[in-house]
Amino acid sequence: MMRFIVLIFFGIACVANVHGSSSVIVPDTMDERVKACTICHGAEDEAGRDAYYPRIAGKPQGYLFNQLRNFRDGRRYYQPMNILLENMSDDYLQSIAHHFASLQLPYPAPESFVMQPEEIELAERFIYSGNAQKDVPACSACHGDNLMGIEPAIPGLIGLSRAYITAQLGGWRKGSIIRGQASDCMSEIARQLTDHEADTIAKWLANQPVAGEASPLTALSPELAQRCHHHIQENGGVR
Amino acid sequence: MINRIMSLARNCKCTNLFGICTAWLVLISIMVSANTLANELERSGAMQSSSHLLRGEYLTRIGNCMGCHTTKGGQPFAGGRRLNTSFGVFVTPNITPDKQMGIGLWSEEDFWQALHHGKSRDGRLLYPAFPYTEYTKVTRQDANAMFAYLQSLPAIAQSNPSSEISFPYQFQPLLTIWRALYFKEGVYVTDSSKSTDWNRGAYLVQGLGHCNACHTTRNALGASQEDALKGGRIMGVNWYAPSLSSRLEAGSSDWTLEEISELLTKGITHRAVASGPMATVIRQSLQYLSQEDAQAMAVYLKSLTGEERKTPGVNFAVMSGSLQRHLDSGGQLYKKYCQSCHGENGEGAPGVYPALAGNRSVLMNSPLNAIRSVLNGGYPATTAGNPQPYGMPPFQQILRDEEVALVVSYIRNAWGNRGRLVTPVDVDLSKG
Ligand code: HEC
Ligand code: HEC
Ligand code: HEC
Ligand code: HEC
Ligand code: HEC
Repeated sequence: MMRFIVLIFFGIACVANVHGSSSVIVPDTMDERVKACTICHGAEDEAGRDAYYPRIAGKPQGYLFNQLRNFRDGRRYYQPMNILLENMSDDYLQSIAHHFASLQLPYPAPESFVMQPEEIELAERFIYSGNAQKDVPACSACHGDNLMGIEPAIPGLIGLSRAYITAQLGGWRKGSIIRGQASDCMSEIARQLTDHEADTIAKWLANQPVAGEASPLTALSPELAQRCHHHIQENGGVR
Repeated sequence: MINRIMSLARNCKCTNLFGICTAWLVLISIMVSANTLANELERSGAMQSSSHLLRGEYLTRIGNCMGCHTTKGGQPFAGGRRLNTSFGVFVTPNITPDKQMGIGLWSEEDFWQALHHGKSRDGRLLYPAFPYTEYTKVTRQDANAMFAYLQSLPAIAQSNPSSEISFPYQFQPLLTIWRALYFKEGVYVTDSSKSTDWNRGAYLVQGLGHCNACHTTRNALGASQEDALKGGRIMGVNWYAPSLSSRLEAGSSDWTLEEISELLTKGITHRAVASGPMATVIRQSLQYLSQEDAQAMAVYLKSLTGEERKTPGVNFAVMSGSLQRHLDSGGQLYKKYCQSCHGENGEGAPGVYPALAGNRSVLMNSPLNAIRSVLNGGYPATTAGNPQPYGMPPFQQILRDEEVALVVSYIRNAWGNRGRLVTPVDVDLSKG
């Protein structure tokens, strides 16, 4: 109902404006300001046509801010985004991060890759138990029991495509310019995974439906927080 | 007496060691041997030095030294940025006061030699990728203030890889010849027939602002052409920096002074927006212009007039049916993808979405920048006057090259605009 009223209101405003100097109505909102982003990161179905565009809505604000700054400062590379962010201040990046973090959009349906029982077992072992020999803690210890992330700087792992997850893990493992230039807790973990392990984990994650929300920072053990202090500190006291 | 001591100190050539200068000063002070005098000297020195430093900081911003001498996300002034030029790839040096890696051992005189004569401390000739060809117009006083500011920064011991200078330019004698041909050394000379504002503006635009480093045609040797500010493709960057004198490009003779200074400091006005490298210049440098200096630059820019070239536009009187269909299909794309922001009649939304009707960036003979905007999108710089700009989406991933050509041809010829049609080959050449 509310929507309908708003629509009518908009309609009137449009008609009224045709006679003015400009037919363009610009709402003074963040939604309007980030149209250049939502062409790829949007909620609309058409944006989903390229499975590689990661979902950013609802991710922890600190995590998003870190990524935006990384793209702007050349520590993470994807040319179209590097260009868009080039001349933005930290303050503006923080507002954009806040905007996307507080968006609640419906998640896409999970992908459905066929997996052998031993693949499922391998994925679940890494995700819920880790691998002490390789010094890889359980993914869930950092990304939350429900894998939906831990505030303020660790993202969820559900709702991402296999192609995207594989590319991120690959970037860290190979030290590529996409994401792997700086060594940090996540790149150290990714480097311990074999191609087969990384791909199996990515398939498993992409198959899961989204449920639940990110956990508060208290869900992270002090030891692991220390291991990733670089990410967490950088915006713990959000700059 | 104080004046004499100061001038003695100033005149003493500190070619090697700062210490000698200081020793001189101390010696003279002792000889004069008046405690009060020494105190007075110190006090006036301290006062002078804090405003001197602020002045230096301001000038360093307007010269945008940090823009080139800092890598993305790196330590300010510690260098390491790679610049592609026709001489090769330059890696900018560290200009923090670090004694080994930076310019910590330099004297005022060494610094002057670099900025004004284009020579390093060891006498090596510097390459004009460092725009000393423009900075040479800066006064000694301003140079000294910048030097004092740079020396007051934290020293950063960052060593940078060496430049990869292309054959044959690594031979210094060639640089000597180049300089003989293209480098006119000399501080800006006031034109007494013009106003103070005009002269101040000319001093900033031609000197410290080094607008000509981009806004000029360069010959095969990477030298700016005689005709300053006539526009040209930027070395190593696929953007066209328009002429600042021709009204068919970015000349401002028909703009108000307020509008010109608004564009320079805010990055956007109701009829233009600075994009790409120009947005970066505004973010890093011009947004910090004092009101007086912005006004002075505007006075000077407004006074520039060049010949008005004729654009080879479409003659609609004899437009063929196929051409009409061509533009119509561009119009369809415009309606679908662009109209929601730029408006039915290309009128845009003032200060938010630039108007495309009558937009000089769209109308310019070179379609390069308009094509780049459509391919890559962009945000104007965040500035104090425009802290949360609206953005243009990239269309590279949505439109094929033929479609980009159609829609750019359309906006160059709709609503009274007239411009050369754009081909898919133009689009391809605008990438990268
Ligand atoms: C052309 C499509 C495109 C546009 C436009 C775009 N993005 Fe992206 N974005 C991507 C892709 C693809 C990635 C993943 C890049 C990679 O790491 O490989 C990404 C990654 C991100 C990430 C990191 C996500 C994560 O989980 O780590 C954030 C945050 C982000 N984008 C925000 C933005 C914002 C804000 C804008 C607008 C200013 C924007 N993007 C515009 C395609 C786009
Ligand atoms: C020690 C804590 C820790 C563990 C254990 C951990 N991660 Fe991470 N992970 C992080 C942090 C921190 C980030 C954010 C990195 C950044 O800001 O660039 C991250 C990011 C990611 C991302 C990027 C998500 C996105 O939206 O771009 C993926 C994918 C990922 N982790 C997968 C995994 C997998 C799979 C495992 C288990 C094998 C795992 N992580 C275990 C801390 C951890
Ligand atoms: C367009 C980019 C650019 C800008 C702007 C710029 N520089 Fe440089 N600068 C360079 C490059 C490149 C070199 C190295 C030239 C060479 O090696 O021949 C250099 C060299 C120098 C040197 C000589 C260092 C040495 O070790 O010999 C000094 C001093 C210097 N710059 C100071 C400045 C100051 C002060 C400013 C601002 C007023 C400034 N630069 C602005 C690119 C720039
Ligand atoms: C690093 C290269 C560079 C430098 C230095 C530079 N410009 Fe530009 N400028 C450009 C480019 C590229 C464009 C075209 C993009 C655009 O239209 O915004 C441009 C556009 C402009 C425009 C037209 C903007 C519009 O869209 O109508 C003006 C006015 C201008 N510059 C003034 C200056 C002045 C004044 C200076 C010196 C203080 C300067 N520029 C220094 C690269 C540069
Ligand atoms: C979401 C709003 C939006 C949409 C949709 C949009 N633009 Fe833009 N456009 C902008 C903004 C904002 C700028 C200023 C960008 C900048 O400074 O880099 C701009 C800049 C431009 C410019 C450069 C103008 C100048 O003065 O330098 C051109 C050309 C342009 N747009 C054409 C188009 C075309 C063609 C389309 C459709 C294919 C389109 N735009 C769609 C918002 C939009």
